[in-house]
Amino acid sequence: MVLLGTAEPLGLCYIETAAMDGETDLKTRVIPGPCHGLTSAQLLNIKGMIECPEPDKDILRFDARVRLFPPFPGDELSPLGVKNTLLQCCYLRNTEWACGVAVYTGNETKIGMSKGIAEPKLTAADAMLDKLTTALFICQIVVVMILGLAGNVWNNYEKDKTWYLRFPKKSEWYDFIVIPLRFELLCSIMIPISVKVSLDLAKSVYSKYIDWDIQMYDAVTDTPAKAANTAISEDLGQIEYILTDKTGTLTENMMIFKRCCINGVYYGNFNGDALTDQHLMHSVTEKVSAVVKFVMVMTINNTVVPNMSRENGRLTYKAQSQDEEALVQAAAQLGMVLFSKKGSVVEVNFLGHTMEFEILQVLEFTSDRKRMSVVVRDHSTGGLYLLTKGADETVFRRVRAGEPVQQVADAIDQYSQLGLRTLCFAWRDLDEQEYVAWTAKFNEASAALTDRELKIAEVSELLEKDLELLGASAIEDKLQDGVPETIASLRKAGINFWLLTGDKQTTAIQVARACNFIMAEPEGQLLKIEGSTPSDVADSIEGVLQTFCINNSENKNIAFVIDGLSLEIALKYHKEAFAKLALLIRTALCCRVTPSQKAELVGLVKSCDYRTLAIGDGGNDVKMIQEAHVGVGISGREGLQASRAADYSFGKFKFLKRLILVHGRYSYNRSAFLAQYSIYKSLVICFVQILFSFISGVSGTSLFNSFSLMAYNVAYTSIPVMVTSLLDKDLSERTVMQHPEILYFAQAGRLINPSTFAGWFLRSIFHAIVIFVVTIRVYAHEKCELVEMSMVALSGCIWIQAFLVLIETNSFTVYQHLAVSGNVVIFYILNLILSFGKHSGMYRIMFRVCADPCYWFSLLLMVVAGVGPLSAIKFYRATYRPNAINTLQLMERQHPMPVSVEAIGSSSSSFKSASRSSSSHGSVFEPLLAETSNPKTPPDRYISKDKTRPVTSAVLLSSPNSRTLP
Amino acid sequence: MAVTAVDGEFVRRLQKEEEVQRSRKDSRRPRYSKFSQQELSSCKPLLTPRCTVVLFVLVGATCILIGMYALYASWSVVELVNRYDTFCVMKHATSANPLTTNEEKSAYMKNYNKQKNCTITMEIDKLMTPPIYVYYQLGNYFQNHRRYVKSKSERQLRGLPPSSSELNDCKPQDTANGQVIIPCGLIAWSLFNDSFDFSIDDFSSDNGTIFINKTAISWKSDREERFNNTVFPTNFPNNNRTTLANASQIGGASLDENLPLNRHEDLMVWMRTAALPTFRKIYGRIETDLVPGTRLTVNINNFYNTYGFGGSKKLVLSTVSWVGGRNDFLGLSYVVVGCVCIFIGLTFMYLHWKHPRPLGDRSHLSWVRKNAANSRVTS
Repeated sequence: MVLLGTAEPLGLCYIETAAMDGETDLKTRVIPGPCHGLTSAQLLNIKGMIECPEPDKDILRFDARVRLFPPFPGDELSPLGVKNTLLQCCYLRNTEWACGVAVYTGNETKIGMSKGIAEPKLTAADAMLDKLTTALFICQIVVVMILGLAGNVWNNYEKDKTWYLRFPKKSEWYDFIVIPLRFELLCSIMIPISVKVSLDLAKSVYSKYIDWDIQMYDAVTDTPAKAANTAISEDLGQIEYILTDKTGTLTENMMIFKRCCINGVYYGNFNGDALTDQHLMHSVTEKVSAVVKFVMVMTINNTVVPNMSRENGRLTYKAQSQDEEALVQAAAQLGMVLFSKKGSVVEVNFLGHTMEFEILQVLEFTSDRKRMSVVVRDHSTGGLYLLTKGADETVFRRVRAGEPVQQVADAIDQYSQLGLRTLCFAWRDLDEQEYVAWTAKFNEASAALTDRELKIAEVSELLEKDLELLGASAIEDKLQDGVPETIASLRKAGINFWLLTGDKQTTAIQVARACNFIMAEPEGQLLKIEGSTPSDVADSIEGVLQTFCINNSENKNIAFVIDGLSLEIALKYHKEAFAKLALLIRTALCCRVTPSQKAELVGLVKSCDYRTLAIGDGGNDVKMIQEAHVGVGISGREGLQASRAADYSFGKFKFLKRLILVHGRYSYNRSAFLAQYSIYKSLVICFVQILFSFISGVSGTSLFNSFSLMAYNVAYTSIPVMVTSLLDKDLSERTVMQHPEILYFAQAGRLINPSTFAGWFLRSIFHAIVIFVVTIRVYAHEKCELVEMSMVALSGCIWIQAFLVLIETNSFTVYQHLAVSGNVVIFYILNLILSFGKHSGMYRIMFRVCADPCYWFSLLLMVVAGVGPLSAIKFYRATYRPNAINTLQLMERQHPMPVSVEAIGSSSSSFKSASRSSSSHGSVFEPLLAETSNPKTPPDRYISKDKTRPVTSAVLLSSPNSRTLP
Repeated sequence: MAVTAVDGEFVRRLQKEEEVQRSRKDSRRPRYSKFSQQELSSCKPLLTPRCTVVLFVLVGATCILIGMYALYASWSVVELVNRYDTFCVMKHATSANPLTTNEEKSAYMKNYNKQKNCTITMEIDKLMTPPIYVYYQLGNYFQNHRRYVKSKSERQLRGLPPSSSELNDCKPQDTANGQVIIPCGLIAWSLFNDSFDFSIDDFSSDNGTIFINKTAISWKSDREERFNNTVFPTNFPNNNRTTLANASQIGGASLDENLPLNRHEDLMVWMRTAALPTFRKIYGRIETDLVPGTRLTVNINNFYNTYGFGGSKKLVLSTVSWVGGRNDFLGLSYVVVGCVCIFIGLTFMYLHWKHPRPLGDRSHLSWVRKNAANSRVTS
């Protein structure tokens, strides 16, 4: 809807877009220029024309034009942007009314267009199950063909002899196909549809377990874990690569302004907090020009909306970007308080006096431009300024000659080595004429219907030049609680980590180091891939590969780092080499990457047949989250976009460990069991039928009646396996957490693959033979009545499968006992009820059968003969060929409270780290801070730029985790 | 290196959080229950070598005991079997018609006018106490064939008009002369029609016949519910086989049209179709003792044609025990399974004694082993 008028005099209105992109701040929307000053009566009769583009799903773009017809003013095209729209699903706030013209409706709205974009995801176990089902289907066809052929041969031989069957004399052309079709019907149970149904049912409970998990509830933000996708929980247990965002995912995304460097003077270096640095306070009160300008850029150049609370007069800020909020907060503490923003007029209280600025133009921040500028007019002096802030490399390129670029670059290097986020600030006094000339171009560009963003960016460049460099700010982003521990144990579980961040390389390396991502020199090595031309990048990749091969034997943790530019080249020209490298070296840092590059990297790992998990928190991670096999969103401060797109979302990165090790692993184990078991039990009854066909003239007689066949999968056998697959735990959560390596079983797909399936297949054949032979031999001669015998065989199937569930169960709860025994009871109750029915064809059968002691003895025989050998094999394997699961099971049962040396070490150390992080604010960086007072390590030493020898000599920096080592 | 959450500390923090949460009412904190947290108390049976050995030996011993018991019961059954089909027809072989092939025998059987009776003798060598069951046993006869099994109308037996699908299943024995056959279908039509008359060839007795009790040989439920006492066989094709024109001896016994269906014991027995191609059906009961040394003379009307398809016919006299007739399978297989169980148990015992293994040894963990190997290499 295009906004035409609002209750506010300036044509503003405030909306909340939480339902759309999850951002909870208030956004301002403004009516288009020509509509200013229209009364509400005029609005009713408004006539005009709006040209708008085809509907799309980009909620940040709306490139349209409007023209009002006379007598309304503004008889010319004027631009419309997303600023002038009210989108579906937004809420109007603090505004009495607003009216507008609906331009898109129904499914053509922005929200409507973005519905249902994510493709359905297929898990590895599901894919394997599909393959197995296909194999089973082929097997079924073969069996049907063979039996059909055999049946026809039998018919041909016996047709004229078996007078009591009275085959028709005349044969029909379709006769040869009748018997195969009958067998197809008999064998249709071989591929049970119930597998999919019960799997889906079980998986939805697994995802409920995630929702319900108190240990994954974040009390601070009041967010429980949420599983949006109920179908892929077992994939969590098979994750091999985790691609993670940095900001907001590993870090808190709680920005605090820590240091700054203005005009070559470092503030905040001594006490680690620029806001309490007396020098800075002093400079502000002295009104040192550069410092005031610096603070002004901090205050004005942003999208922050100040909000004065009516009750207590407290000023709060709402911002889309946490950095901006931190800057404005810091500026307020330094004495320059942004207290009101009305339309384009900004009121600032600087040390007691109110200053008014008019924002004339906003050159917005985009991920390509990496900077933001505003043109403001100071109402008191009439001066016209351009205030710019942005990433160093984009700002440095536009400063005027002779500025102390190197000085600021040094400062930025130093800051980013501390893991701080840096921004550069610049200033320019504008010339009135130049501005007017430029404005015309700018307006033209902003009215463009095509490529508006690009054109605006081009025009903006014209103004953003010859800047006066003011300095740099450093904002700290605290590392989240428990991140290093989580990464360490997931790494032990055999999961490889890639860090994809839009941040600077040095910052990324620092954070990576702080959270165990990469090791310092003796254990780890960091290799760098760089270059700005394809051949450079190729050389670099080649060199890294060689180094890797040399060092591989030394059992080191090798990581490589690459930045956005080189990555683009690598992905474009050397995709294969890069993929090879990416798979050899298990840890990677990718800096300065764009959202689509993130997704591309996920795609790269995916294309090598690895299970990937992408975790992120912001809108820039949405693409990679959707691309990965499993997308996890941190519902953090950057809004809910990521968690909306994600399959799973929760409040803290550290929950990932529990999600993967506990929920993922259990889900995988359980669904592997459930799927194969469900097929097994159908196979058993199917094989009994096939065996029976050999003694019934291969005619396709069904041994079981249709009710039994129908009820077999649904009522007789589904409950025990279902309950077991919901409750069974092979190892306790504690053991899994202590031995994350056990995840390897799930990762490698050890529990559902062709060979395990072959095991189940053989088991079903074995059991079918046991049931069949016992039945026909015990019920021979005078006892071989068809209905009676079918009940005996059916009972055999049910008893054996009940006992098999028992020996396959690892831990018994009351419910499992109830389910297994209850299931057998249900079988008897149902059949006894049927035996009462005079017309059921089963009248009195079950009473007869149960009254015969032979029946019970045959069942016992079937169970002992069918289950005994299996349990013997199981015991032999567990004792003499134990796999890790068996060993851990035994360990945990022998020592109900396992206290291994490792556990003691880890518990004490994590206690230490926990107490430390709770005691002091931001102490994660403490050791690093201590180090910065020492002479700096020049960045050149940090990563060798020598192309012939791209071996890095990473500096021995003590990461905080090294403290946790005993 | 290993950094894992400590449960104790965690729980403490959890409790603290909980207190905070209690004050906040609209919290989205998930509710605690043992089920939702997957903390249901469970027991994990541990298969230690010792308990496995004991288990296997115990189960094996139990099986052997049951097997002995079943074998004893089976061996206590006295059973006499006499295959009479070949003998009975060869009796009528002449030089002109030597009846050597199955086809010749079958052709002889189909001839309505030929003599088909014969006499066999059976020697009792063990005391047989009543009830002594008389069975006929058919071999290579597929009562479980799909065409055969469904060829009947349960509704008709109950006294209702058969449904059209049932009639269709009864084909080609559904109608005759435009009228529905009662009882329709192949099963009824192919009813076994040999008859046996027993007499004792004994000097001490007055050469009397032995009474064969043919009542209550069918299932009680069949007599009372499945077959109706108001339905009489009508239009039954086997009943019209008195003239030469339709005399070909295909099909089975005739049914007395004056008796309701639930009085036709043989039919009710026959219509409990057998699941195996070799089966016994009860013919009647002998309710007197048969002492050793008795010679039973059996007059057989050998009408039923099993020659065409290579089947066999046997006459069986058997007493019963709780396992039914003479059937060693259950007992033997119990003994075998029991022995195997004990063998497995003893093998495990030997293994455990020879190669004792500490259970739950950390060094069995593959990664622990790998690390150890690595450290050995590096040192």
